[in-house]
Amino acid sequence: MHKHSRLLLRSIGLVCALALGATACGDSDDGGSSGKAVSEADVKAALKKGGEITVWAWEPTLKQVAADFQKENPKVKVNLVNAGTNADEYTALSNAISAKKGVPDVAQIEYYAIGQYALSKGLTDLSAYGAGKLAAHYSPGPWSAVKAGTDSVYALPMDSGPMALFYNKKVFDKYDIEVPGTWDEYVEAARKLHEADPKAYITADAGDAGFTTSLLWQAGSRPYSVVNGTNVKVDFSDQGATTFASTWQKLLDEDLVAPVSSWSDDWFKGLGDGTIATLPIGAWMPANLESGAKEASGDWRVAPLPQWKEGGKSSAENGGSSLAMPELGKNEALAYAFIEYANSGKGVQTRLDAGAFPATTEDLQSSTFQETKFPYFGGQQANKIFAESAADVADDWQYLPFQVYANSIFNDTVGKAYVSDTKLSDALKSWQDASVKYGKEQGFTVQ
Amino acid sequence: MTTLHPPAATRSRPVPPEARRDRRSWTGWGFLGPFVAVFALVFLAPIVYAIYLSLFREQLIGGNTFVGLDNYQQALRDDRFWAALGRVSLFLVVQVPVMLCLALLVALALDSGRLYGRDFFRVSIFLPYAVPAVVATLMWSFMYGTRYGLVGDINDALGVSLPDPLSADLMLASIGNIVTWEFIGYNMLIFYAALRVIPDSLYEAAQIDGAGQWRIITAIKLPAIRGALVIATIFSIIGSFQLFNEPSIMRPLARNAITTDYTPNFYTYSLSFNGQQQNYSAAVAIIMGLITMVIAYVVQLRGTRKGV
Repeated sequence: MHKHSRLLLRSIGLVCALALGATACGDSDDGGSSGKAVSEADVKAALKKGGEITVWAWEPTLKQVAADFQKENPKVKVNLVNAGTNADEYTALSNAISAKKGVPDVAQIEYYAIGQYALSKGLTDLSAYGAGKLAAHYSPGPWSAVKAGTDSVYALPMDSGPMALFYNKKVFDKYDIEVPGTWDEYVEAARKLHEADPKAYITADAGDAGFTTSLLWQAGSRPYSVVNGTNVKVDFSDQGATTFASTWQKLLDEDLVAPVSSWSDDWFKGLGDGTIATLPIGAWMPANLESGAKEASGDWRVAPLPQWKEGGKSSAENGGSSLAMPELGKNEALAYAFIEYANSGKGVQTRLDAGAFPATTEDLQSSTFQETKFPYFGGQQANKIFAESAADVADDWQYLPFQVYANSIFNDTVGKAYVSDTKLSDALKSWQDASVKYGKEQGFTVQ
Repeated sequence: MTTLHPPAATRSRPVPPEARRDRRSWTGWGFLGPFVAVFALVFLAPIVYAIYLSLFREQLIGGNTFVGLDNYQQALRDDRFWAALGRVSLFLVVQVPVMLCLALLVALALDSGRLYGRDFFRVSIFLPYAVPAVVATLMWSFMYGTRYGLVGDINDALGVSLPDPLSADLMLASIGNIVTWEFIGYNMLIFYAALRVIPDSLYEAAQIDGAGQWRIITAIKLPAIRGALVIATIFSIIGSFQLFNEPSIMRPLARNAITTDYTPNFYTYSLSFNGQQQNYSAAVAIIMGLITMVIAYVVQLRGTRKGV
């Protein structure tokens, strides 16, 4: 079965190469394809010629997109495979790449993981296909995540997660708590709530790497810097990180956050019954609340993310993913055509209709998008707040080229601050040390 | 007769052995071949490949290089590995005796013949072993929940506050409880089977000698099943050192308590799948395998020596 489809792919590739010359359908085994420019006409010709591509993604809205794409291009077959959600898919992808076998043509990759795959030439540089021209289409946070250096583009943003504060208005009203505008007010609100109802917590946080890095991002901390892909710096001692750590330490010290892991059953139950009263999280959350905490429909509202400085206007991205082309994938022109269709072309609207949150500025600013009323949020036009947040994201944040690993050891190190007397700042330092150690072992120059 | 005999023997000797040796080497291999092939492929090849892997180091920057025994050196100085080994050793020292004693008690009770509803009792003790470890762990995790689980319900109903079984301090004990629950039935069955084959004549003799039940247990039953005890202990030692399923399944509920280096097996898994350090992971796995072998062997030696 596998051998069969690979053979098929190979023969299709051969036909393409004969028909179009090596540029459109080049075999990527030769290493770099960054030098080759591929024109729009080449891509169109490949679409006409047809073929088969394999797409690894867990994003549910892509199903409809793939169907539409095949309808428009009858000769193209898209195999949409769910190879696992985030870390599980990365494991499969890394294994496929190192085995040089069964690598998909397109893979969904979250922003924080792009660096890891872009490095060591795991991903095709899409600038050869003219992806660089699409820069203006995307909001700054996601775009900064997919580009590397001055003109390399390793993926096209699929969705984004500008952060906002989701809060349970019913609980807030019941205890007469005001929506916090700053994180200091947030701590105050946490105290007031927990005092009024010892079973209720302002939020749940059992230590989550994505959440912590996002708040650091918002606080102005830039713990990671990567130069030339191999020179890496990890430093959690800047002003932003100190501010974050001292504020969050108060919540931990006074047991004001519920020690419940995100996405667990307890988490959804708490969101539903009001014992977890707020969630500072990405704008892709509404669909999850609607399905996971149905009973609280109408109770929740959305507010801008609390600020670190009174009157400030800063935000951060939390999660979000892109579609990229692993270099060992075969059908590059078709793969690019699909990525462009899904993330920049007609597919975007299809996915928005199904509840995805866009990374494209045009959609973020369109009046139909912004004026959408969410019944779950009591008819609130929540997208206005999300769109504003997206515009406030600073675009100079960088992840490590081994962020997937770094995140995997977050709870080994920073987790100590959640379950023992270890201070958050010291815990961050031990995360830093462990990341540095791994970086060195992997041949990076680490400072 | 006597003078003729030796020369005949010496004459006949030189020829056949060569022919026989020749024939033996071919037919022997013919019979042995299929086994050797399967054995080499299934048992030796993976071990050899793991050893081969452990001599290299693949880096994100710099690619794959031969590093000799560097990975082993690193593993021997790796605090995370030794901490993991310490944790499973503690688990071994506490959980295994508890589990085996309970299993032995149950087996003796079943064997005593004085139990009402013996078959039902036997099946219900054995049942947990038939439940897949994944399901068992998930089930216990739900019960352990202090917010919505059984522990939480007990807290609410009785107005007490039980300690959180999923906290960092109690996690090892909680896992031990699950493992004990799962494997009592299995060990009980091993002991019970060994008890059943003790000849009745021994009991009759004991009765004639006027031995009580306690005396029968210490003088007949326990010595007779020493072999089974040793086997069960060795299985349990290996099982403890290979602890993986339970922590791996419970981790999403308590990431801070179950670190990625919680047990040696879980550590090799994390090294290999989170950090792409397959080479180092292979070295750690081989060291762990050797340690397990040595300890299991020592236990076996001691066990059989006592038996003599």
